[in-house]
Amino acid sequence: MKIVVCIKQVPDTVEVKIDPKTGTLIRDGVPSIINHDDKTGIEAALQLKEQLGGTVTVVSMGPPQADVALREALAMGCDEAYLVSAREFGGSDTYATSGILAAALKKIGYNIIITGRQAIDGDTAQVGPQIGEKLQVPQVSYVEEVQEATEEYVVVKRQFEDGYHIIKIKTPCLLTAIAELATPRYMSVRGIVEAYEKDVKTLGFEDLKDDLELDMIGLKGSPTNVYQSFTKEVKGAGTILKDLSAEEAVQAIIDKLEAKFII
Amino acid sequence: MNFNSTDIHSFRDIWVFCEQRDGKLMNTDFELISEGRKLADERGSKLVGILLGYEVKDIAKELGGYGADKVIVCDHPELKFYTTDAYAKVLCDVVMEEKPEVLLIGATNIGRDLGPRCAARLRTGLTADCTHLDINTKKYIDFLSTSSTLDVASMSFPMEDTNLKMTRPAFGGHLMATIICPRFRPCMSTVRPGVMKKAQFSQEKADACQIVMRHVELSPEDLKTKVINIAKEAKKMVDLIGADIIVSVGRGISKDVDGGILLAQKLAEAFGDGVVGGSRAVIDSGWLPADHQVGQTGKTVHPKVYVALGISGAIQHKAGMQDSELIIAVNKDETAPIFDCADYGIAGDLFKVVPIMIEAIKETKNA
Ligand SMILES: Cc1cc2nc3c(=O)[nH]c(=O)nc-3n(C[C@H](O)[C@H](O)[C@H](O)COP(=O)(O)OP(=O)(O)OC[C@H]3O[C@@H](n4cnc5c(N)ncnc54)[C@H](O)[C@@H]3O)c2cc1C
Ligand SMILES: Cc1cc2nc3c(=O)[nH]c(=O)nc-3n(C[C@H](O)[C@H](O)[C@H](O)COP(=O)(O)OP(=O)(O)OC[C@H]3O[C@@H](n4cnc5c(N)ncnc54)[C@H](O)[C@@H]3O)c2cc1C
Repeated sequence: MKIVVCIKQVPDTVEVKIDPKTGTLIRDGVPSIINHDDKTGIEAALQLKEQLGGTVTVVSMGPPQADVALREALAMGCDEAYLVSAREFGGSDTYATSGILAAALKKIGYNIIITGRQAIDGDTAQVGPQIGEKLQVPQVSYVEEVQEATEEYVVVKRQFEDGYHIIKIKTPCLLTAIAELATPRYMSVRGIVEAYEKDVKTLGFEDLKDDLELDMIGLKGSPTNVYQSFTKEVKGAGTILKDLSAEEAVQAIIDKLEAKFII
Repeated sequence: MNFNSTDIHSFRDIWVFCEQRDGKLMNTDFELISEGRKLADERGSKLVGILLGYEVKDIAKELGGYGADKVIVCDHPELKFYTTDAYAKVLCDVVMEEKPEVLLIGATNIGRDLGPRCAARLRTGLTADCTHLDINTKKYIDFLSTSSTLDVASMSFPMEDTNLKMTRPAFGGHLMATIICPRFRPCMSTVRPGVMKKAQFSQEKADACQIVMRHVELSPEDLKTKVINIAKEAKKMVDLIGADIIVSVGRGISKDVDGGILLAQKLAEAFGDGVVGGSRAVIDSGWLPADHQVGQTGKTVHPKVYVALGISGAIQHKAGMQDSELIIAVNKDETAPIFDCADYGIAGDLFKVVPIMIEAIKETKNA
């Protein structure tokens, strides 16, 4: 069983700052982490491997710094890591990103592909299903539990807002992981040492070009373009009542609500 | 089939994918149809709903009441419950034949599974989880002037541009991005539930709406997954999105969790038919079930009144509630960021303030 997990290195969004004038992101000094859902995906893959045997491979597309994320995954117990990186790939939207990752996955081989449901920076949740379509494998997204797994099929619990479906899906297939699926393990000390002894393989433009839609990669080839980015106008702060007694403060608000016909 | 997503001049009309569950239309459908009507008028084109399901013909007309000129119904037993395979096949087949210029899909758990699968098959772009849409450039500029920190007066935009401008939050709500898809059609977007305003329903328009039944072809080879069990969550989910009054609690209730939640319920009742929400801290601590969560990874809400009790106001929480019509915050820390977006704030202990507030509302209502 060959399980491949796609992981994305993302900035820790809690610390991201925006330049309010230009609406651009200030990324300097912001720590990078493995996207949360992807860490869940790694854990789920490791558990599948423990049950069925086989290997877990991690793949990340990004600049050379994504090496750190891949080594963290190796330290958690993954067997193999690939960095997909090329100047031509920069600025890709989800259509382009999924096309490049699908080409890489074809090279690497897979029985089960796991992606996170959503990355916390781009926030689109589109890359997983688009990889599925490009490889012509079936998908289940929002997977919160793997109930049964064999070489031929997997049975998963798929979350909806108002319930769930239990779905049987034939392999090869693609699953997208949500937080409920698994609690990621920590890196082990031995794992960390080994992670730096293993090599991270690189797939560049030349390695993948035969499987790419060449006019649909990178910033130029992406079907969507960012037209404008900006920060939201913060609503002006209202009245804060602090030097009044609780009774007076409440009455002041009630009077206003009454005047506005809310109560 | 002669479908070419780059031949952009052969595409026309605004389409809305209308989602049904258990044979019932969803609120999101009415919101998207209402929004789609505005876009169709800006573009001078028709608004078409597309509805997939089994024995759903009778519910289609209602979509007309919110502005659809026409609804295409794809009826088939395999479409009774959502599966990616069947829905993507049927939707893409119809789109390839009819060539809509714009395709809007609700950003529900279903829409966000179906949308990307279809966009990849159709060879076009998809913008995720949009909260604002414009075709008309002047309207877009007005939108930027009122809701961004940009110096719009010093910027220039191509006024005759008829691309759909799709605005969405990214980076956890820190950044807003407007995305266009200029070279490919259809221009696709998933739209966040609870954001677009529902139009007034018109029976006359519903009666005038054209319903077109469409032949569906699905073979067993099209279906590689099998749904073997379906369950509703035992509890009824709280309807945060449809609520007019929401009282949310945060970690500030920690010294008496049950008491704090009870106070929130009583306050919500005092206001009227209110419901209780929570910050992620409350959900993560297991004090309220996950469907109560407001924020970036929870629900986006637009009630008439939002009351935040003991919530600090992290950006991820604000992302889900800052567009409420009126915000009241109670927090014992007068520097808490929640006060930056509150219309009225009380710096004080919620356990002291809320009982007084409940009494005061009751008195006012009885007066
Ligand atoms: C402000 C802003 C808005 C954007 N809006 C859109 C938009 O609306 N539509 C659009 O098509 N593009 C958009 N993009 C581009 C998009 O963010 C990038 O293509 C990004 O690389 C992938 O999308 P995501 O972060 O949303 O990932 P998601 O689709 O949310 O990621 C889902 C999963 O896919 C896998 N994955 C994603 N990226 C990688 C990677 N590089 N390597 C390995 N695995 C990966 C991970 O497992 C991840 O959990 C936007 C970019 C910005 C900066
Ligand atoms: C990727 C990501 C996604 C997230 N998504 C969400 C989301 O969807 N929704 C969400 O809410 N959060 C989300 N968060 C978490 C968010 O960053 C905050 O951690 C969370 O909102 C804090 O919850 P809180 O305000 O209840 O708790 P705290 O930040 O601990 O605040 C508690 C507040 O209560 C006040 N207080 C204490 N006692 C009293 C009292 N007796 N009376 C009055 N006030 C009192 C304190 O002064 C304090 O301000 C997300 C975080 C990340 C990283």
